[in-house]
Amino acid sequence: MKSLAEVFAESLMIDAASVVDSLAYQSIKEWDSVAHMVLVTALEDNFDIMLDADDIVAMSSVAKVRAILAKYDITA
Amino acid sequence: MASDLSGRVALVTGGTRGIGRAIVLALAGAGATVFVGGRSAEAVEAMIAGSAVADRLHPLPFDVADPAAVKAAFMALQKQAGRLDILVNSAGVLKDAVIEMTSTGLMAETLATNLTGTLTCCQYAVRLMGRAGGGSIINLTSIIGRVGYPGHTAYGAAKAGVIGLTISLAREVGGRGIRVNAVAPGTIETDMTAGIPDDKRAALVERIALGRTGQPEDVAPLVLFLAGDGARYISGQVIGVDGAMAM
Repeated sequence: MKSLAEVFAESLMIDAASVVDSLAYQSIKEWDSVAHMVLVTALEDNFDIMLDADDIVAMSSVAKVRAILAKYDITA
Repeated sequence: MASDLSGRVALVTGGTRGIGRAIVLALAGAGATVFVGGRSAEAVEAMIAGSAVADRLHPLPFDVADPAAVKAAFMALQKQAGRLDILVNSAGVLKDAVIEMTSTGLMAETLATNLTGTLTCCQYAVRLMGRAGGGSIINLTSIIGRVGYPGHTAYGAAKAGVIGLTISLAREVGGRGIRVNAVAPGTIETDMTAGIPDDKRAALVERIALGRTGQPEDVAPLVLFLAGDGARYISGQVIGVDGAMAM
């Protein structure tokens, strides 16, 4: 299983070092709505979960994604 | 054009009875692997056990009106099949009530199953189909959603909503190779219509140009066609199967 930073980096095609908790949706050009859905799919595949629409809307930052994964008993 | 659905994976909600059951059998008959949805696990198992194509059918009992159950069902389907090519939203409830006697509960139940449930299933289906490069969604609406009928305000609202959902979603996801169409049956002989009194039934038949009510097997071939490659350029359409019925 990949780390959360690895999933982010591969999905958004950014450097893993830039995946910090404060990184926010649409704060960089690489994290647009299209990349957001790529990220959703990658998170689901990597962590073997299915996110619902409320989760997807709430994924507004790396920290928020981490909190959402915690709902599924995933520490990332 | 006969549809060959070999290798395709389908989900039919409300697949244990009536129109949904006929659609399950038609899709499986064309070679698809079909997940059979329904609120009752017992009814789903019984439907599969009594089918001649049981080897292509998989039980997936869930209530489309329960968002958590829908999510769990799609996750289970993804784990078992790894893909989804065809979704048929056939689950529905119909309860007569004049407007003054349409309770809040009846409104909520009718909209939750017929409209919100369809929308929720579409949400998950689009995501699974997008991964596979496309798919076909067929939503069951009703002639009542197009032209209305007294005593069916809540049902008519829900089914008209399904039409709006269908045409908007078709425009949104066409670029991902996903087609979305709606089928609008007229009066079809199912458990849902079994309670129509004989005098009302006779009056209904008088309004049908083809001179009879429909059977579930009259609806299934259109759904089969829309699911297959023969309909590859058809999306955002609402197609009636009503024997030229005038409401």
